[in-house]
Amino acid sequence: MFSFRSFHPLRVRRGARRPLPYFLEGLCAGFPSPADDYLDESIDLNDLLIRNQPATFLWRVDGHSMREAGIFHGDLLVVDRSLAPADGDIVVVIVNGERSLKRLQIRKGQLTLSFENKDYPEGLALHEGDEIEIWGVVRCSIHWHRAGG
Amino acid sequence: MSRIFALIDANSFYGSCERLFDPSLAKRPVIVLSNNDGCAVSRTSDAKPFVAMGQPYFQIKDVCRRENIAVFSSNYSLYGDVSARLNQVYRQFSPEIEVYSIDESFLDFSGFGDRNLEAYARELHETIFRWVGIPTCVGIAPTKTLAKLANRVAKSSPDLGGVCDLRDQGKREEVLKRVPVEDVWGIGRASAAKLQRLGVITAADLAALPSPFARKLLSVVGERIVHELQGQPCLLLEQVAPQRKGCAVTRSFSARVTELDQMLEAVSAYAVQLGEKLRHHSLATEALTVFYHTSPFDTGPQRSVQKCVTLPEASADTLTLLRAARDGARAIWKEGYRYAKAGLVTMDLVRLEDAPRALFDAYDREASARLMMALDAVNAKFGRGTLHPAAAGIKRPWSTQFNMRSPRYTTCLDELPLVF
Repeated sequence: MFSFRSFHPLRVRRGARRPLPYFLEGLCAGFPSPADDYLDESIDLNDLLIRNQPATFLWRVDGHSMREAGIFHGDLLVVDRSLAPADGDIVVVIVNGERSLKRLQIRKGQLTLSFENKDYPEGLALHEGDEIEIWGVVRCSIHWHRAGG
Repeated sequence: MSRIFALIDANSFYGSCERLFDPSLAKRPVIVLSNNDGCAVSRTSDAKPFVAMGQPYFQIKDVCRRENIAVFSSNYSLYGDVSARLNQVYRQFSPEIEVYSIDESFLDFSGFGDRNLEAYARELHETIFRWVGIPTCVGIAPTKTLAKLANRVAKSSPDLGGVCDLRDQGKREEVLKRVPVEDVWGIGRASAAKLQRLGVITAADLAALPSPFARKLLSVVGERIVHELQGQPCLLLEQVAPQRKGCAVTRSFSARVTELDQMLEAVSAYAVQLGEKLRHHSLATEALTVFYHTSPFDTGPQRSVQKCVTLPEASADTLTLLRAARDGARAIWKEGYRYAKAGLVTMDLVRLEDAPRALFDAYDREASARLMMALDAVNAKFGRGTLHPAAAGIKRPWSTQFNMRSPRYTTCLDELPLVF
């Protein structure tokens, strides 16, 4: 009897993990591969990039405001909402209802949010009454080096 | 051991999902419409004074414009993804949870010993808001019915900070007096009317009913509710979804359907979806009900018809379902009406491998399984709807529309939120 289950579209698409092969050799009755003793766990990019899955969201960079930080137009950002924002973090921040990517500095309890692009105005001093909400901390960014991804 | 349940649910869930990725909505009322932009199914608290639950969109278009209410089509890809995240976090707070609906889950808080459960619930509430960005309310109580009630109290009293703990009996008695009987979980409109005639007005009145009387009046289900209100748990967590007994694919048309060809195309497309659903659950059906009807909001003649088509034996084969759906739809067709909605409904689903074989007209199940597997595999690889029977239509003028859907922010690489 065939099982339909194994071929359901959702299952196939949801296969989030793409581990590199763990067993290089199929089971065989002959001489085992000497390399089998040296196999480590496979590397899973999800594990590497995502620490807290339900709190992690992907954003896309639009514009050049963080060029000097090595973040470019079109890059993907892995944003973790569960990380406590710390001095030096790059954050997705909502300033007066606008989404913005900024470097966060905390000096003596004073918050500064700044762009990192020489062509942009220096820093962005916050004004009294500005509404600031840090949406999440950027854990890493993903940049493709080959056209077409 | 006494049991403790928590019910956590998201406030205006769909609206909160929209706000999460669009900060310009933070101070705007938001409503979300049902399929085909039919009626309001979710309202943020600031939209509630202007829009009633379930109100048709055409009735509220003007007030939405006047009050600057943001209106969205349903974005189930987004809501489903956010819902899955919520439940992932809930599982870190309790090993036993029941996903009750897309925005509500029961958590078992029994056996946590001396832990301060109210503080624990507050931690859950705050963690959810910080991690997933969705506001919630939590109710804690010794039964599921009371937890549901506690959750309502948390929602309607902002000063509680989103958590209401009704484990204390004295406090519970106070609260029950203030809750109308029709707001008790499981008490429908008809039962509420019956109870009110007898002077049972509040949840406290209901809890005070003698058990045999409650049973006579409202059957065992009602008796169970009385016990639950008294603090004796009768309902446990349903952690494994029961096998689906029925399955339906129903949709409103984006434009009225007046031609038989279009109707046949629509039910064919629903049959394709029904087949996919059944195969996903390894289920099959022996009969299929086709229905379609006009809209009560239209002037002009009204018609509502249905037809049950029986198959020679249980099947989950798209082509078999499709033929049955078309036969049924054709049999009840009548010109001269403007049909607004159609659907396919199946009851008494069976597991395909347990289904008895027909003596005559038996299907070639193995050939069917191979064909359906190929169909599902192609659609899995190249996207849903890549390969489908031509009978289900190519242009589909009747198909569901989502004119005001927000981007699928979390499930589509091309629709991720942008940051500047």
